[in-house]
Amino acid sequence: MVNKPELLVTAGSLNEISTLIDAGADALLIGNDRFGMRLAGSFSIEEIQEAVQQAHARQVHVYVSLQNLMSNDLLDSLPDYVKALGNAGVDGVEFNDPSVLMAVKTYAPQMKLHWNAEMTTTNYATANYWGRRGAKRVVFARELNMDEITGMKGHLEIESQVQVHGMTNIYHSKRSLVGSYMLHQGRPLDGGSLGKERGLFLLEGERPGEKYPIYEDINGTHIMSSDDICILEDLHFLLEAGVNSLKVEGLLKPLSYNETVVRTYRQVIDTYMADPANYSYQEQFMDNIRKIQDPERELTFGFFYKEQVY
Amino acid sequence: MEVMSQPKYTGKRYRLDKPELLAPAGNLEKLKFAIHYGADAVYIGGQVYGLRSNADNFSFEEMREGVEFAQKYGAKVFVATNIYAHNEDLEGIEAYLRNLHEVGIAAIITADPAIIEIAQRAVPEIEVHLSTQQSTMNWQSVKFWKEEGLPRVVLGREVSFQEIAEIKKHVDIEIEAFVHGAMCSSYSGRCVLSNHFTDRDSNRGGCCQSCRWSYDLFEEAPSNDVWVSEEEAQNTPHALFQPEDNAFTMGSKDLCMLESIPELIEVGIDSFKIEGRMKSLHYVATVVNAYRQAIDSYMADPDNYVLKPEWVEEINKAANRPVNTGFFYDTPDHEDHIYEPEEKATPYDFAGLVLEYNAEDGKALIQQRNHFKPGQEIEFFGPGGTFFKQRVETIWDEKGNVLDAARHAMQRVVIKVDQPVRYFDMMRCKRK
Repeated sequence: MVNKPELLVTAGSLNEISTLIDAGADALLIGNDRFGMRLAGSFSIEEIQEAVQQAHARQVHVYVSLQNLMSNDLLDSLPDYVKALGNAGVDGVEFNDPSVLMAVKTYAPQMKLHWNAEMTTTNYATANYWGRRGAKRVVFARELNMDEITGMKGHLEIESQVQVHGMTNIYHSKRSLVGSYMLHQGRPLDGGSLGKERGLFLLEGERPGEKYPIYEDINGTHIMSSDDICILEDLHFLLEAGVNSLKVEGLLKPLSYNETVVRTYRQVIDTYMADPANYSYQEQFMDNIRKIQDPERELTFGFFYKEQVY
Repeated sequence: MEVMSQPKYTGKRYRLDKPELLAPAGNLEKLKFAIHYGADAVYIGGQVYGLRSNADNFSFEEMREGVEFAQKYGAKVFVATNIYAHNEDLEGIEAYLRNLHEVGIAAIITADPAIIEIAQRAVPEIEVHLSTQQSTMNWQSVKFWKEEGLPRVVLGREVSFQEIAEIKKHVDIEIEAFVHGAMCSSYSGRCVLSNHFTDRDSNRGGCCQSCRWSYDLFEEAPSNDVWVSEEEAQNTPHALFQPEDNAFTMGSKDLCMLESIPELIEVGIDSFKIEGRMKSLHYVATVVNAYRQAIDSYMADPDNYVLKPEWVEEINKAANRPVNTGFFYDTPDHEDHIYEPEEKATPYDFAGLVLEYNAEDGKALIQQRNHFKPGQEIEFFGPGGTFFKQRVETIWDEKGNVLDAARHAMQRVVIKVDQPVRYFDMMRCKRK
């Protein structure tokens, strides 16, 4: 018997919330760019309050990203921000810097701590280490393979979360790399944006057709994967392994796309849970996603089945 | 007017009277040279759990020999166990750490708390230093790691002098910072370009430096023209470069803080770290030599310290990348990245190593490390700097036969030298 997992999706604004809940999300991940990182949109504290009210009215959880790599100057405002999130009724926060762990335990211990260090969250022993220091959940690196993820079962003392769909971050610098390049070219940016909305991407000579989105924000430069993870076909392996939360990353996608993806995963999860023993994946489960998938972004299994060397 | 001798940044020094100079040692020979040329401590990699899977890396026997050598100089040996472990890596860690302790390793440099925990339980005698791979940049997190029992934190490369001073003010802990060498342009560890481009796991030592490759920058150009279909508009991205432009890259200039020794010392950095386990013997010896002299000179007389131009010149002889000051003063900008094609060669070659010197006939036995021949200008350097320049005269083999050139790697040859030299001195020649 497996517990029913949570279907988590990122939300870019208040307007998206009801649509994503209608589509079947059990939980929403939101946040503010100052303390969070690579968010689908930036929410003010008032908007977070409103989001929690809307979500809780429909038994949906709200998590807030506090995942930034914190600098001294952010520490001063961290306690008040954490208190405000606690007062707003936020259910949990994602962190990867120990300063956040300490602030949440001190100022709003009712919020659950989800440890998410992205590419450096790679084994159960480290997850349990953070568990013993207060974390309730670990968000695994997208670079792990299926055997590594399913092999966590039995070793893990806290909940687990795995990204099942969408793009991933592959490089993060504090530097302004696009702006620097434009200055170097002698064509500095005049007033325009280098942000997510600009649609900037990189191509590498030997990989034609692989478009790597790149953007800048207050946290530096972010480069994203050229493919979108889609584990739908093998979702049942994660369900069997008892993964507690399945995340749909909505960054750089329109709401209509994220809505369809959530609806699709909702149906597949529900189908599986209704009768795990007789579940089998059907090709048509994927039809709606295929219809709206950007043809220039391949749907892949990410690193779930990839051999990596070092 | 500002008083010149007033420290710019003041943090609290925790333990060491004089900052430690910590050098990379990619193999046993480099270890010996790094220490002989002035490193107070070296960091090396073992066969497993380190982030330089392409470096030579040490067996336990080599580590033991390295530790014995270091002890004669009062120096310490640290081992980088700085991978982010996967499940399969966990099992062997305890035995490995016990072996490190057994051969006399003083500290491990570790990013993954799983390894920290095992080390603290199984070999409490070994110090655990938090790796820069944790990107620790604020005093609360430094305090957290101190409370976890770590005596030292290697800060993220993104911290400024001001931030280091604040950290030192809030927490009594040893702070180690990179002062010289190549830098990840990303937050360390927050880059999986290698995984995506080449299926090599960067956080387990497989980094293929994709950040230094060339890329083309585009933007999607959604057209407002009603005659262009939505599909067409989406398929016509617009290049953000001209044919004559250099390509986009993330590659950073190298860090060099040699000209900021007083500030590094005054801010309270306890250990000055030089990057480069993959760098050459010539590079390591030269860079260590320069920093050693600058630190000693400052400590001997802080008020009258002046940077000697020859220290900077020395480093330029062994290094090939342009340098900058990282994040110490300001966030790097367009002048801090390398857009032009990189010059691979260093201006000087490491031509030979002095094995013996005979004061009676003024001849030195040299182990050849690069081609040289009569007539070429060479210079000798050792701990303390470059001693003298001369031209190569006759080259003999060990039996006294005259050679037209020293062209075989590791060949032992004899030449006359103008001044006394010692074992461990190095001979370099300018590239033609």
